[in-house]
Amino acid sequence: MITFWFAILVLAWVLYFVLEGFDFGVGVLAPFLGRDEHERGAAIRTIGPFWDGNEVWLVAAIGVTFAAFPDWYAVLLSALYLPMVGILLLLAVRGVALEFRGKHDSPAWRRRCDRLLAGSSAGVALLWGAQLGVFVDGLPLGADGVVSGGGIGRSLSPLMTPAAGLGALGGLLGAVLLGATFLALRTTGPVRRRAVALARNGGNLGTVGLLLVGVAGGSRVVLVAAVACFVVGMLARQGREGGAFAVTAAGVAGAVVMVFTAHGSVVLRSTIDPMWSLTRAGAAASASALELITVAGVIVLPGVLAYQAWSYWVFRRRIASERVPS
Amino acid sequence: MDVLDLTRLQFAVVTIYHYLFVPLSICLSATAAGLHLAWLRTGSATHLALTKFVGKLLIVTFAVGVVTGLVQEFQFGLGWSAFAKFYGDVFGPTLAIEGMLAFFLEATFLALWYFGWGRLPRRVHAATIVTVAVGTLLSAYIILAANSFMQNPMGYALDPVTGRAHLTSFWTLLTNEVVLASFPHTMAGAAMAGGGLLLAIGLWRLSADTAFRTLSRLGAWLMLIGGALTAVTGDHLGKVMTAVQPMKMAAAEALYETTTGAPFSVFAIGKLGHEKPFLTVEIPRLLSFLGTGSFDGTVQGIDDLQAQYVAQYGPGSYVPMIPVAFWTFRLMIGAGVLGMAFAAYYLWATSNRRLRIPLLPAFLQMGAGVPGWIKRILLLAPLLPAAANTFGWVFTETARQPWLAFGISKVSDGISPGLTGAEVLLSLAGFTLVYGLLAVAWYRLVVHLARQPLSGTSEKTPAAEPVPAY
Ligand code: HDD
Ligand code: HEM
Ligand code: HEM
Repeated sequence: MITFWFAILVLAWVLYFVLEGFDFGVGVLAPFLGRDEHERGAAIRTIGPFWDGNEVWLVAAIGVTFAAFPDWYAVLLSALYLPMVGILLLLAVRGVALEFRGKHDSPAWRRRCDRLLAGSSAGVALLWGAQLGVFVDGLPLGADGVVSGGGIGRSLSPLMTPAAGLGALGGLLGAVLLGATFLALRTTGPVRRRAVALARNGGNLGTVGLLLVGVAGGSRVVLVAAVACFVVGMLARQGREGGAFAVTAAGVAGAVVMVFTAHGSVVLRSTIDPMWSLTRAGAAASASALELITVAGVIVLPGVLAYQAWSYWVFRRRIASERVPS
Repeated sequence: MDVLDLTRLQFAVVTIYHYLFVPLSICLSATAAGLHLAWLRTGSATHLALTKFVGKLLIVTFAVGVVTGLVQEFQFGLGWSAFAKFYGDVFGPTLAIEGMLAFFLEATFLALWYFGWGRLPRRVHAATIVTVAVGTLLSAYIILAANSFMQNPMGYALDPVTGRAHLTSFWTLLTNEVVLASFPHTMAGAAMAGGGLLLAIGLWRLSADTAFRTLSRLGAWLMLIGGALTAVTGDHLGKVMTAVQPMKMAAAEALYETTTGAPFSVFAIGKLGHEKPFLTVEIPRLLSFLGTGSFDGTVQGIDDLQAQYVAQYGPGSYVPMIPVAFWTFRLMIGAGVLGMAFAAYYLWATSNRRLRIPLLPAFLQMGAGVPGWIKRILLLAPLLPAAANTFGWVFTETARQPWLAFGISKVSDGISPGLTGAEVLLSLAGFTLVYGLLAVAWYRLVVHLARQPLSGTSEKTPAAEPVPAY
């Protein structure tokens, strides 16, 4: 039962990072791939109907974490207090900038919304990436499962590590690649052209970079990522945008799964003493709570997936970014 | 202020803020659904224009509700991780089910509705906004059930080994008598809140379009009927509270001694304490009636309850802050009654029928229209329900002190261990700043939207569109 719920939990987080990942990417890229307001608007409209539904996967993921592994939820959020608050604030700015942008016709208002959207999207991608890096490294959990320390450094210092830095970089790159392949798939005209070029170049650059890192570090995982990057670049070159997006999404999903399963049954490693690590069994809720959410999940989630898929189908048409002469 | 006080303050700030927008979303989605269905039946251009206008208000309000709601979802782990561990079994599933059942529904179908004009079959399209309205009610019910658990814990057992609370029956949690009473009450409060906004916008733009007259009167009816329902449901809620948390209702009246046939004081000047206040206006026996349903009922006083709780739970003070409880309770009711008066006057003054009543000044006659100076006052209508809602929550939550979950654990036991004052101070500053900016942006956008000419007199069909992406 615990393993089953751990699997569901990882699935919810994977869906969140992939779905919201392309939203973040589109947010970051819109000002760069859209040369004027019309093109930027077209880029942002590709996620208009989806971003909120995507963000609810965060509610679901954190809710499932709380429900199935309350101790994990409690330790993670209180130990990473300030970074989490940072994410929430950036998400607040992002959601509102996205939704408010199109409701006002003043160019200054739109420009401000675009900037806020790009900045907050980049910030969230960096912060989530850094936190995933922290999950791999672990946290200085004491015997009582608490991270102690003074001042604001208590919850900020875990982010000041190489792993967190690499994670942040990876988070941003993953989001940008997802965004580029999504825009390539969902638009026509100049934005599509530039997005394809970016996916191609990004894929190639990523391949080279990851190859170097992989060979130097002797890491097979990184080499697999390099291959994935290569395939993305190739598919983009061939104009197979759906394929390029799918491979990017699979790559991000794989990375998230690896982070969550990096330490086997330990969900949060203590960097002070492995004895104090938080394990799946130690963090799990009681059987009755797990049963309740299993029943609810089995009944409700297939419906959710079905109607979300339906909404992607209803809005399946590409968004035109070229100007129609009037 | 220590860490605990700061964390409490932060919880109060972000929750109250969230709850300024939530009732608006609840009411506006129901209103949009109603107008959309009306348009399907009548085909009237006014209905269509208003549907689209309310839809825009809903979208911008909903966005703020969503991003601040997300913060709520994390609050329990951020600041109250001891509480999250202790109650994870009860709370976690409730929040997870709320997300799966309600939030996905709202978010997905609102987008389908808003972007779906001309893309979906007409009936299916109308069904999407109805689904959104149902979703908001579902999420409201589930989160209120979670809150009602704090007020009156039910459906749980304490694990003898770990000492933690375990959920034994989700059904019991969902049918807690407190949520059965507070759900109708808060929904009536939501109707008032949305009604106040529509009344003010319609009144402000009255001369721009005849549709705004319809809108303002719709808002006024929502406010009036919602107000009447808050009173009826609030009366019931008070009785339930007297039964489950007698200390709260005694504090609301600053009633120290157990009294038979207790009066209700409309207001009091002077110190609220054992001695009689300097000046009070009292309605005899009303408190007994409110609390027990009988004018001769006996209402327990604070002193007796304190003694009883010390015997039951051990030494300590079980008395909440009396002036806060006393005043917030009255201000909630007062703001609601004033809001109803606004709405009733507006409906009267803008009625199509005319009736001359002798002795009444000209501007108070039925159908006489609203003079400019009254109009300026009436534009404040949205503030009244917002204030009443806020006072209601402050009353509900502060008069539960010192309990976190009534009778099982205290607020001071719930805070995250290790949390530092500097962290909370920084995050509180961050929330205050960002939320302040959101409020300014929301206000400016609503004003801007209201200024636009009403559009959508014909159903927009999307122009010829590019090829499908998949
Ligand atoms: C427009 C809003 C509004 C108005 C006009 C009223 N209320 Fe209210 N009241 C609320 C909005 C509200 C609320 C914000 O929705 C609360 C907070 C928690 C809750 O369940 O509802 C609340 C709480 C609340 C409680 C505390 C419940 C608890 O502790 O869980 C009582 C006893 C009442 N109300 C009673 C009344 C009475 C007798 C009213 C009028 C005659 C009244 N309320 C008007
Ligand atoms: C501390 C408790 C609360 C938590 C954890 C919470 C959580 C949330 C979350 C995560 C959202 C965003 C949903 C989305 O993405 O669509 C949200 C919105 C919403 N909440 Fe809250 N909420 C709380 C208090 C309340 C209360 C008291 C009510 C009603 C009585 C309520 C009713 C709603 C409704 C109807 C929405 C959807 C409309 C909107 O987004 O404005 N919530 N809440
Ligand atoms: C899901 C349910 C909820 C839980 C578990 C909860 C818990 C808490 C906690 C831990 C505090 C801080 C400690 C305290 O001062 O009591 C608090 C305070 C407060 N909450 Fe709730 N709350 C819930 C829902 C709500 C909702 C939906 C609202 C209003 C919209 C609300 C309004 C307040 C207010 C105004 C305070 C400040 C009171 C004070 O600091 O004394 N709460 N609540």
